[in-house]
Amino acid sequence: MGDAMSAHDVAVSCRQVRKHFGEGDTRIEALRGVDFDARFGELSFLVGPSGCGKTTLISVIAGLLDRTAGDLSVLGTAVDALSSNERVLFRRRNVGFVFQQYNLLPALTAAENVAVPLLAARVPRPEAVSRSRALLSRLGLSKRTEALPSTLSGGQQQRVALARALIHEPRLVVCDEPTAALDHASGAAVMELLASSAVHPDRAVIVVTHDTRVFQYAHSIARMDDGRIVEVSRPNGGVSTTGGAHSTSKEVFA
Amino acid sequence: MNFVALRMLTGDRAKYFGLVFAIAFCTFLLENQTSIFANILKRTASQILDVTDAEVWVMDPQTEYWEQTKPLKDTDLTRVRGVPGVAWAVRLFKGNPVAKTLKGKFAVTFLVGLDDATLAGAPRKMLLGSWQRLSEPDSVVIDQAGYVLLFPDEPLELGRILEMNDHRVTIVGISDASAPFASLPVMHARYSEAVNFLGRQRTELSFIIARPSPGVSPAELTARIGAQTALRARTTEEFMWDCVRYYLKHTGIPVNFGITIAVAIVVGTVVAGQTFYLFTVENLKQFGALKAMGVANLRLVGMILLQASSVAALGFAIGTGMAATFFEIFLHKLATRGIVLMWQCVALTGVCILFVVIVASLLSIRRVLVLEPAEVFRG
Repeated sequence: MGDAMSAHDVAVSCRQVRKHFGEGDTRIEALRGVDFDARFGELSFLVGPSGCGKTTLISVIAGLLDRTAGDLSVLGTAVDALSSNERVLFRRRNVGFVFQQYNLLPALTAAENVAVPLLAARVPRPEAVSRSRALLSRLGLSKRTEALPSTLSGGQQQRVALARALIHEPRLVVCDEPTAALDHASGAAVMELLASSAVHPDRAVIVVTHDTRVFQYAHSIARMDDGRIVEVSRPNGGVSTTGGAHSTSKEVFA
Repeated sequence: MNFVALRMLTGDRAKYFGLVFAIAFCTFLLENQTSIFANILKRTASQILDVTDAEVWVMDPQTEYWEQTKPLKDTDLTRVRGVPGVAWAVRLFKGNPVAKTLKGKFAVTFLVGLDDATLAGAPRKMLLGSWQRLSEPDSVVIDQAGYVLLFPDEPLELGRILEMNDHRVTIVGISDASAPFASLPVMHARYSEAVNFLGRQRTELSFIIARPSPGVSPAELTARIGAQTALRARTTEEFMWDCVRYYLKHTGIPVNFGITIAVAIVVGTVVAGQTFYLFTVENLKQFGALKAMGVANLRLVGMILLQASSVAALGFAIGTGMAATFFEIFLHKLATRGIVLMWQCVALTGVCILFVVIVASLLSIRRVLVLEPAEVFRG
C-alpha cells in the first residue's frame, strides 16, 4: 500500500463536505468541511468519538443524506446530482450496507435475507436464494442458510449481514460499527471475513468503528472530531493531519 | 419483493392473527347487524312481497304503510278497473282479529282477505292443504309460525278449529307466509268471510291489487290510476319502500341498530387500522433498511398495500364465513325465518373494510415515505 494515490484509485472523494441539520437555534453542524478519500481495494476506517459525524458522513457518502455544501464523488459519480430515483438505483447497484444491529428481516431465513438486494434488483427468487446459499457457504454458514436470524448468534448474524452487503457485488461497502455488538472473538472473525471477502481491487470498504481491537485490519484510518477529519493515518506508516490537532497514530488509537 | 412483504406480515404470528381477527370480527359484526336490520325492516313489507301476482297496490291517499289502512269505497274498485292499462284488479282485505283455540289459547292475527273468485294475493307456498279449500265455508289458511304459536307442541294437521269473532273457522291449509314485522300469525281467508271474522264495518276494502296489461309498466299504471281516481297507487316495490321508510322514520329501530353498526365501524376502523399502522411503525427499521439497500418507494408502497390487502381479504373472508355460520345456526328457526345474510350487506361491509384498510395503509405509507433511510444507522 503506497501513499501515492491516482485518480482512478479513489472510490470516494469528499472535499470540504458540510452537512447541517435544522435551522436557527436548532441548527446542528454535523459535518464542518470534511476532506476524506477511500480507495479501491482498501478497508478505510472512520474513527472518532460518538457524535463526531462519522455516521452522517457515511450516510452522505452512501447517498442516504444530501450534503449541505462541498464536493462529493462516489465511484466517479456526483451522487448529489442524481435524482431521487437515480440515487435509489445507484445504491441498489453499487452500495452494500452492514449495520451495527445487523437489521436482518426476522421473518426471513438467512439465505432469504442475503437475497434481498438481488430481489430488489428483480433477480428471480430461486436464483437469488441459490446465489445467497452459495455465498453463505463460502462465508462458513452452509449449515445455517435456512435458519431464522433469531436462532443465529451475533457473529453469525453479522456474517449474514456481510453476505447481504456483498451478494450483489457492490463497488462500495459501508459498514457501521460492524463489531460493536460482538464479543472480541466474534468481532475479530467478522473483520477477518470482511478483510478476506470484501476487499477487492474494484471495491472500497468504509468501516465506521470505535473498536480499537480491529484497527489492525485497516489500510487507512481517518479520525474524526467535531465534524472534521483531524487525522489520516496508514497503519504501515505515515500520518497526515488535516485538521487542527497534531496527534500521532498512537494517540489516535489510545 | 412480494414474498418479503408477506413474510414480514406473517413473521410475527401474534400480530398477524391479531390483525386478521380484528378485521374478521369487524366484518362479522357489520354483516350480522346490517343483515338483521335490513331483514327486520324488510319484514314490515312481508305481506306486500308475498303477493306475487299483483304489481300495483291502490289505497286511500292518506295511507302511508301496510298496517295503516283507511277503507276504500266499493265503487273505487270499479273506478280502478276502468283505468286503461289495468289487466285486472281485485279487492284485498287486511284486519287484525283475535283467533282463539278450543283450549283457550289466543292471539291477535294478521288476517288477509283474498278475492273470492280468484284468490289473488295469496302467498304461493303451501306447506299443507291447498288454497282451493278456502272455498269451503268458514275456512282459513294459517302460516306455520302462527300454527305453532296457537297449537304449541302439536303436529301440523288440518281441520283444527279456531274461534274468530264468534265464528268457528276450520284450518284448511298451512302456508309458508313470510314473517310479519310484529310476528303475529298470518291468516288468509276469502274476502267475503274475512270481513265477518273481524266484524263488519261500514266499509272494508283495505286495498285494491291490480296487474297492468301487457305493454304497460307498473309505474305507468300507478300514474294513470293516481291521475284518474285520485287514489294512491304504488308499485309493489314502491309500497315496500314506503313501509321501510315509515318504520325508519317513526321507530327507534334505526337508532338502535345504527349505534351498533357505527360502533362496529369505529371499533373496526380503530382496532384494525391502528393495529396495522402499529405493525408498520414497528417494522419501520426494516423498511428503512430496505430503503437504504435501494428498494424504491413505489415498491415499498406496493409491499404495504399487499400486506394490507392480504390481511383485509383474509379477515373479510373469515368474518363473512363467521356471519354465514351464525345465520345458518342461530337464525334457522321459525321465529327468525327469512332473516338471512344479505349480499348487499356483505358488499357494504366489504366497502367499509376496504375503507378501513385504505386509511390504515395511507397512514402507514406516509410513515414509510417520509422515513429517512439514514435512520437505519441509528442503533
